[in-house]
Amino acid sequence: MAEKDIQVREKKEVQTQAETTRNIPVYIPAVDIYETQDALTLVADMPGVSPENVDIDLRDDQLTIRGTITVEGEGETVLLREYGVGDYYRQFTLGRIIDQSKIEAAMKDGVLTLTLPKVDKAKPRKVEVRTA
Amino acid sequence: MALIRWSDQRDLFRPFEEMEREMERLRREMDRLFSGFRGFRPFRVGVFPLLNVSEDKDNLYVRAELPGIDPKDIEISVEGDTLTLRGERKSPEVGENVSYHRREREFGRFRRSLTLPTRIDADKVEAVFKNGILQITLPKAEEVRPKQITVKTA
Repeated sequence: MAEKDIQVREKKEVQTQAETTRNIPVYIPAVDIYETQDALTLVADMPGVSPENVDIDLRDDQLTIRGTITVEGEGETVLLREYGVGDYYRQFTLGRIIDQSKIEAAMKDGVLTLTLPKVDKAKPRKVEVRTA
Repeated sequence: MALIRWSDQRDLFRPFEEMEREMERLRREMDRLFSGFRGFRPFRVGVFPLLNVSEDKDNLYVRAELPGIDPKDIEISVEGDTLTLRGERKSPEVGENVSYHRREREFGRFRRSLTLPTRIDADKVEAVFKNGILQITLPKAEEVRPKQITVKTA
């Protein structure tokens, strides 16, 4: 695993009918979601977004992640453009197993980490089989 | 002469209408592609990290998106007119009792070289890492900087 070369993953633009007010593209951040016994963890790559420009909205079961970038280098002449610069947007539907009041978020170096703890009753329980 | 019932005529023209709609969609797509910033199709190279290069009067700027990478794991070198970026994006330790629902983020080592479009002053290159974006500022060599020439009146 350690010897693996990193692959290029081109950013995908959000396909929506509604137009945005900012004249820059909106991308779908790449995410990892993994589950442990107690929680679900969501990790999203949003390079260019500072911690104060992340907006996490939870309404009913809809989790919305929005990242607004600060456009750098305005006034410079572009010589080469290999990646697009834009905001980030992605929505998820949370299951009933998530304790919505205990969600925690952290943002560091353009990576958002959301910890979504499970409600107690959703945690796995060992069922003991008693012998009669 | 073939007689065509009026009600059949619309069907007769439908393929053309569909074609026209398709042409219109294509035209709009082309407009979007060539209309400046928004539809700018990035240049495909397929080597990580993807780079954006720009310039102003005094400097060249090279930017790369490297979210979650420890700045200590990035090695930048300039040799002649070649800029080289090396490093590794280490996959995080998540423990053993973990099951993945989604795994879209890429990890691994990278090496990327770029031929710079102008001569630069290699001693004064600076790099800043902020919010997952690496910005390298390369001051242009004295001889390639634009010089203002004033016209003297005799």
